[in-house]
Amino acid sequence: MLQKIYDWIDDRVDITPLWRDIADHEVPEHVNPAYHFSAFVYCFGGLTFFVTVIQILSGMFLTMYYVPDIENAWRSVYYLQTEVAHGQIVRGMHHWGASVVIVMLFLHTLRVFFQGAYKKPRELNWMVGVLIFFVMLALGLTGYLLPWDNKAYFATVVTLEIAEGVPFIGEMAKTLLNGDPSIVGAQTLARFFAIHVFFLPAALFVLMAIHFIMIRKQGISGPL
Amino acid sequence: MSEKKQQVSRRQFLNYTLTGVGGFMAAGMLAPMVRFAIDPVLQATGASDMQPVIDVSEITDEPQKVDWTFEQVDAWYTSDTTRSAWVYKNANDEIVALSPTCKHLGCAVNWAGNSDYPDQFFCPCHDGRYYKNGLNVPNTPPGAALDLFEMQVEEGTLYLGDVKENPVTSPEEEGGA
Repeated sequence: MLQKIYDWIDDRVDITPLWRDIADHEVPEHVNPAYHFSAFVYCFGGLTFFVTVIQILSGMFLTMYYVPDIENAWRSVYYLQTEVAHGQIVRGMHHWGASVVIVMLFLHTLRVFFQGAYKKPRELNWMVGVLIFFVMLALGLTGYLLPWDNKAYFATVVTLEIAEGVPFIGEMAKTLLNGDPSIVGAQTLARFFAIHVFFLPAALFVLMAIHFIMIRKQGISGPL
Repeated sequence: MSEKKQQVSRRQFLNYTLTGVGGFMAAGMLAPMVRFAIDPVLQATGASDMQPVIDVSEITDEPQKVDWTFEQVDAWYTSDTTRSAWVYKNANDEIVALSPTCKHLGCAVNWAGNSDYPDQFFCPCHDGRYYKNGLNVPNTPPGAALDLFEMQVEEGTLYLGDVKENPVTSPEEEGGA
């Protein structure tokens, strides 16, 4: 049945080359853990992507209940955790996944660094990877405020103090992030939410696309 | 190689196993999220509490609009919400409490809201009309009679609860049930 539906579509729009181009490629022996178990270190990039997918999905579902408003943010989080079925699991996935994604990203970076895989011709991909790392850290930072509890609030106060420490433009940077020169409140939460769910993910998708296109174009780096 | 051994090739076996394991993992990931999303549909809707609205002695045979305010719990947001009903006593001295929500598109109807029809409910949005017992006047937009409130009288006070379907079928019938 599925095969027939696939054939019907493929007959008309020829989708086979599309997915073959993405999915069908040789895995070199030196990155296949079936040959050399130590090749598991090549999995960290894929694991980062896998956890990122979990983050995107669980985040999408969380916004069904979460509201970015100082009166209701904490209450909506409390409600989805205590009253909604599987609320603890879905928020748990997003909460722990946020840490796991940083860990995986770091392990991936270590592998690339110690294998020297960033060297010519892959310097550009290293740079894009570093940008992805910054975007991920920013996602973690903006997401931390959203539950609007004491920990979230004071962590953000500290973050803003750090931003203020930047020479010359510190005060402007702080106001830009905060939405107000002094009050950490309504505008801060709305801004952090917008940055967390729209701006940073958009940047992340673009960077990831570039990262993946480049790795397909250049191929994986050779054995040590 | 015997015939038997070729029934499932190595490639097929790996395909099935990997698809199976992958599908299982994807399902394990998505199941809590989907259940989380559809929770409002599956949550049991308990009957809402009856609210005191008016002294029975104040009810006449002319429909009057009664408003009452109660504490509405809307997920994480609790607020005072006002609802209304059209209340009167029918010819058998029974209390009738009709919902003001038009059955056409949900506007609020008024008793004698149109001076041409002083003994009917009138909806200003699309000129929908209802007889005193709530039955919709034929050839006006509404397709059903105004809903009735669940009610009970305790110590001379009228309590109203959820709305239910109005069973009236002819304009001569006394309203209520």
